[in-house]
Amino acid sequence: MQALLDVYKIRQDFPILNRKLNDGKRLVYLDNAATTQKPKEVIDSISRYYSEYNSNIHRAVYQIAEEATQEYENTREKIRKFINARYPEEIIFTRNTTESINLVAYTWGNSNIKKGNKVILTEYEHHSNIVPWQTLCHNKGAKVKYLEVDDDGYISLEDLEVLISQKGGGKTKMIALSEMSNVLGTIFPAREIIKLAHEKEIPVLLDGAQSVPHMKTDVQQTDCDFLAFSAHKMLGPTGVGVLYVKKEILEDMKPFILGGDMIKEVHKENTIFNDLPYRFEGGTPNIADVIGFSAAIDYLNRIGMENVREHEHKMTTYLLDKIQNIKSTTIYGPKNAKDRGGLVSFNMEGIHPHDCATILNDYGVAIRSGHHCAQVLMEKLDIVASSRASIYIYNTNEEIDILIEALNHARRIFDI
Amino acid sequence: MSEDIYREMILDHYRNPRNKGKIEEPDIRINDSNPLCGDEISIDLKVEDEIIKDIKFDGRGCAISQASASMLTEMVSNKPLTTIKEITKDDILENIGLTNLGPARIKCALLSLKVLKLGMVKYYVDKDPSSADEMKDQSKVF
Ligand SMILES: Cc1ncc(COP(=O)(O)O)c(C=O)c1O
Repeated sequence: MQALLDVYKIRQDFPILNRKLNDGKRLVYLDNAATTQKPKEVIDSISRYYSEYNSNIHRAVYQIAEEATQEYENTREKIRKFINARYPEEIIFTRNTTESINLVAYTWGNSNIKKGNKVILTEYEHHSNIVPWQTLCHNKGAKVKYLEVDDDGYISLEDLEVLISQKGGGKTKMIALSEMSNVLGTIFPAREIIKLAHEKEIPVLLDGAQSVPHMKTDVQQTDCDFLAFSAHKMLGPTGVGVLYVKKEILEDMKPFILGGDMIKEVHKENTIFNDLPYRFEGGTPNIADVIGFSAAIDYLNRIGMENVREHEHKMTTYLLDKIQNIKSTTIYGPKNAKDRGGLVSFNMEGIHPHDCATILNDYGVAIRSGHHCAQVLMEKLDIVASSRASIYIYNTNEEIDILIEALNHARRIFDI
Repeated sequence: MSEDIYREMILDHYRNPRNKGKIEEPDIRINDSNPLCGDEISIDLKVEDEIIKDIKFDGRGCAISQASASMLTEMVSNKPLTTIKEITKDDILENIGLTNLGPARIKCALLSLKVLKLGMVKYYVDKDPSSADEMKDQSKVF
């Protein structure tokens, strides 16, 4: 069935997929937009660091410290290649997407956003890409404006243009948006948005938390100024995030976390900060998990991001079709799987998503229910919560069938 | 199994909630939400001589939170306001017949009790601001 990607072979690499749940059911993991499972390679590489060359990086001169430093810096280079950045120093390790966006808001934002300015977000942003900007603008006397999403989960470039040039709205200093919505699933036209923004000399931050794990990323092609994403959503460990910043912007940015590792010289009265990118990595970083992330990137490279996308596209088509056929079900976001990443959010009339998820749990099915950290979008859709099934490279159509069977069971229990 | 959770009693209260709505000019109006799932409950009370003369709840949420709120209003209706103090987490779980809920869903079941206790505390503190310290712990449900 799968020509490009051998799911059944892939599944063997993920120990958790063999796990039996309390009542002997097997796990049907469909909450990949929240975090993905980890292949054995990733788990082993973390354990290898701790058992073979655990040491602090960038300082000591003995063998194991050099090994650790090399592995850590190799990961940076691997990520540079993975997103096609020009220079390794454009890659900064953080804890997660949230911290990456905060870094930009606190440093670049603090220096560049002034009273009366404007930051443009969209209505579908994750709280991580709202709260830092809202707080910054609040403190500065600047404004946050939201680009609307329409009923089918799309945005319009004309609307964006209007929003940018709105009279009396202040000068737009930043456009920050997610390349793929974690609720609607929509993949947005990053290249076109950025082109438009750059014509007006506005920098763009892409929240790549959902897009980078699922499709090929090329920062030179999209020409984004900032890109944030998390390792844990792409087979890697928790506790590692990435911030990509164009070098010419990064050079002028003030540091964020101050202390060890990010300095060149410290004297009683002054400090000279370290070179890029170390200036932005204060304190001992999460060495083990950065090294684990390296194994995750290797894994994804072996499969090929085009194949990841192709697999998800096929499965999303199947999933959309099956859910659409369940009576009294509303699906949010684009009807066409081509415009979507591998997730589908929905509600069944008369069943709250929380109740739905509880019943699904009887089948071993793990999906997410709630507001998905996108309450601005929830308000727009006039719902408090939705159910969301999200897939990755190890999911199969048989698992979708189990999901559908469980959803029908929920309908029987609630008698709808 | 979820059949044990979604028994007829819960589904009945979910579909036909008792005392749902608002009271005009309530003596107490209070609301809270569950950050995990966004469930919201607001409760209105009419109090005469420290007796709960009328109670209504409103809200959006899952079957457990809404059914539990519906049952709670029946439980305290026409009772002295101070009975709210005595109601425990276990009372609620027994009342709705769900004593083995997981930690995430327990929060749904207890949201209405939390709101009701907050309302009671607010009522007494509004009447006598000096009781604020003494009442502080009364709204704890967990
Ligand atoms: C679009 C989007 N942005 C940001 C985040 C936050 O990611 P993290 O929790 O790893 O910081 C998520 C993850 O839930 C997301 O889906």
